[in-house]
Amino acid sequence: MLGKLTWAAVPFDQPIPLIAAAMVGLVIFGVLVWVTVKGYLPYLWHEWITSVDHKRIGIMYTLLAMVMLLRGFSDAIMMRSQQAMAYRSEGYLPPEHYDQIFSAHGTLMIFFVAMPFVIGLMNFVVPLQLGARDVAFPTLNSVGFWLTATGALLVNISLVVGEFARTGWLPYPPLSELTYSPGVGVDYYLWSLEISGVGTLLSGVNLVTTVLKIHAPGMTYMRMPMFCWTTLAANLLIVAAFPILTATLAMLLLDRNLGFHFFTNTGGGNVMMFMNLIWAWGHPEVYILILPAFGIFSEVIATFSRKPLFGYRSMVMATMVICLLSFTVWLHHFFTMGAGADVNAIFGIASMIIAVPTGVKVFNWLFTMYGGRVVFTPPILWSIGFMVTFVIGGMTGVLLAVPPADFVLHNSLFLVAHFHNVIIGGVLFGAFAGYNYWFPKAFGFRLHEGLGKAAFWCWFIGFYLAFMPLYVVGLMGMTRRMQHYDVAAWRPWLLIAALGAAVILCGIILQIAQLTVSIRHREELRDETGDPWNGRSLEWATASPPPVFNFAVLPHIQGEDAYWDIKQRAIEQARLGDEPAYTEIEMPKNSPTGFICAFFATFMGFALIWHIWWLVAVGALGAFTTFVVFAWRDEDEYIIPADEVAKIDRANRSARREALVHLQPVQ
Amino acid sequence: MSGFQATAGHGDPHSLGHGAAREHLPKHGGGHLVSKRIVTGYGFWIFLLSDIIMFSAFFATYAVLVGATADGPSGHDLFDLRNVGVETACLLLSSFTCGIASIGAMTHRSLWFYGAMTATFVLGAAFVGLELREFAGMIAQGNGPSRSAFLSAFFTLVGCHGMHVSLGLLWLLTMMAQVYAKGYRDDILRRILCFSLFWHALDIIWVGLFTVVYLMGVGQ
Repeated sequence: MLGKLTWAAVPFDQPIPLIAAAMVGLVIFGVLVWVTVKGYLPYLWHEWITSVDHKRIGIMYTLLAMVMLLRGFSDAIMMRSQQAMAYRSEGYLPPEHYDQIFSAHGTLMIFFVAMPFVIGLMNFVVPLQLGARDVAFPTLNSVGFWLTATGALLVNISLVVGEFARTGWLPYPPLSELTYSPGVGVDYYLWSLEISGVGTLLSGVNLVTTVLKIHAPGMTYMRMPMFCWTTLAANLLIVAAFPILTATLAMLLLDRNLGFHFFTNTGGGNVMMFMNLIWAWGHPEVYILILPAFGIFSEVIATFSRKPLFGYRSMVMATMVICLLSFTVWLHHFFTMGAGADVNAIFGIASMIIAVPTGVKVFNWLFTMYGGRVVFTPPILWSIGFMVTFVIGGMTGVLLAVPPADFVLHNSLFLVAHFHNVIIGGVLFGAFAGYNYWFPKAFGFRLHEGLGKAAFWCWFIGFYLAFMPLYVVGLMGMTRRMQHYDVAAWRPWLLIAALGAAVILCGIILQIAQLTVSIRHREELRDETGDPWNGRSLEWATASPPPVFNFAVLPHIQGEDAYWDIKQRAIEQARLGDEPAYTEIEMPKNSPTGFICAFFATFMGFALIWHIWWLVAVGALGAFTTFVVFAWRDEDEYIIPADEVAKIDRANRSARREALVHLQPVQ
Repeated sequence: MSGFQATAGHGDPHSLGHGAAREHLPKHGGGHLVSKRIVTGYGFWIFLLSDIIMFSAFFATYAVLVGATADGPSGHDLFDLRNVGVETACLLLSSFTCGIASIGAMTHRSLWFYGAMTATFVLGAAFVGLELREFAGMIAQGNGPSRSAFLSAFFTLVGCHGMHVSLGLLWLLTMMAQVYAKGYRDDILRRILCFSLFWHALDIIWVGLFTVVYLMGVGQ
């Protein structure tokens, strides 16, 4: 009846996960009770859960990422404190638990923090920047989000029911095969990523189509803001790389569940094929994460330097070249596997070549700032912090791309330091820059600046304290994923690293404080006009938060920096453009399809992990029925009357008219 | 802007070619500048490309493992070209009938639509049936997917295609039911467009599969 699931699956003998899960459960229960008592449930259902509005979905993606960041970070704190303690002792985390923690940390941080954060920002911003009303496929967007949430939920269920994988964030066989990992941990990993991978793919298809097909009139490709270009590149990579992940994980699932021989030691299986396949996805994945961050920095740096982005065309070229080259370097993740000197040399050189377009970008950002009047807000602090940190991470990356050096450094903490250097210093700093930059657009008020700066400095200093020591111990020969060690020389460095994690914790606390204080003081921080930063691209041309239809009348674009042109004209003439003729607008209707489909997918995933076959059938049937019901509906759009549009737009125009008085022509 | 057409083209009364079939471009100066039919078809193409990439991963795996028979049978011992020939004929013919069905849908000719969809279903089901028979025969002889890495790769690659066809059959029936219940509505015509793209893409994959797996397998 319940497959492999018994009471033995709940780890009653391990206090840490149980207490953690109980606390999370209490928080969720508390929030649910609070929401129900306050009567917010209908509001949540109609305005958020069933919403197909790209802005709402983008915000939910970002929220998911932030919540998961807390979970992933608590894993990080546990690892750092374990290694700080475990010199000639066992520490406080037994090996099987420690192994789950580093596996969950990596999985969560990549798939459920970094990915939803950048996808959320792309979802929220890109249609606004293109001058569009929504993405190409709004309901599909909602399905994608909820499937991602399903994956995150399954990973967290593994905390209390069963166990998580102990095989690292990429489950290398043969360790991940049934022979060596007989528990359900690897299955939790595989099914949550298969399900959330479908969500990511849908989101990729959606955003590629949106960027290429849905524009305001006149928004030609070479007039699109940089963030749209990097979104296009990242989502092309999603479309081209995620199917490889799906296929690879499916093969491992077949090995584990049906006795296939893809990656086994017996029957002719080929373990090395797994490394090749997983990194054929894995390396593009790195660029899926970093390219949107590059886009965010381009927007932020141009806005706060009060200058157009330097070298726009070279930036576009660099982005697309990275997009292409990212598929030619995957082998540098396993130089030591023994592909031979010639193969290693080719991939080493390819890896160094990819640093060139990245260098082009860094110089472009520097030249954008050069001669500008840089306004030091939190978003630009994150951007400058990124440039310094990322260049260091890039250089250690080029060092690792030299095969002989890689033979020494492979699987050491030097590598761990390198990829945290680029992912925290690149992706996460970018996500935080974007969060501070677009928050007023999403909610209509700015985030507190002082606390934002304090949070930045804690993260920045904490990052260096936590990861520079890892470079050192890596060079001293410390391998990754060690539960305990007995080399005295490593200890001081690991203590410093633990201190760094504590400083980052302060940064996170300050970020929570920033959000809380900002919500409380939202009236003082209110963004009346919709253009709080003196922005350049179209998202600042509409109110904050934007109306559901984004733009009352689609703007006609005449050049790069679309909104800057409109604004300068208004300032010169000391008046806004003429009031447009408002007409009614058709918008897509909300739909619970995504939520219900993910509901069934959750049960199906859980049942597949535990071999509860009848529940698998119920889940599959439920998901199919959901789609048929969705396909059967007769009206998928509703009309917003012209009066309503006019009313909303006039309110924003009058705020802008008042603000116009205080603006002076530039140059 | 590519794909922007103010009116459906003349000389193409049923708008069978490129462009918006009797669907109006956005009224009221809002919405998308490109017609929904173009956007949907375009998006579905992107999805199909991703699907083809997934197949390419399985193809690559197969190519790596084709020699890893673990002292078991190879393709030369197992494949029956006559059976595969009939399968291929069924699938290629079903692509033709699927094309007729989509023209029938676009021109609102129910006889053609239902007739051709039924023919597509029968041919597709025959394909799946023949494939299942082939699989069952191999498993009965002890040559199932857990026999060797080669057979794991074979069953996965061919089976993944077969599963796509089976899901396509389910989709086909759903589309027939939908047209029956709702008529030739714009959104339903867009779905039929996507379905036929899907069906033809499966044909393309089968051509590769037929060549790489069966022809090259027998010729070993």
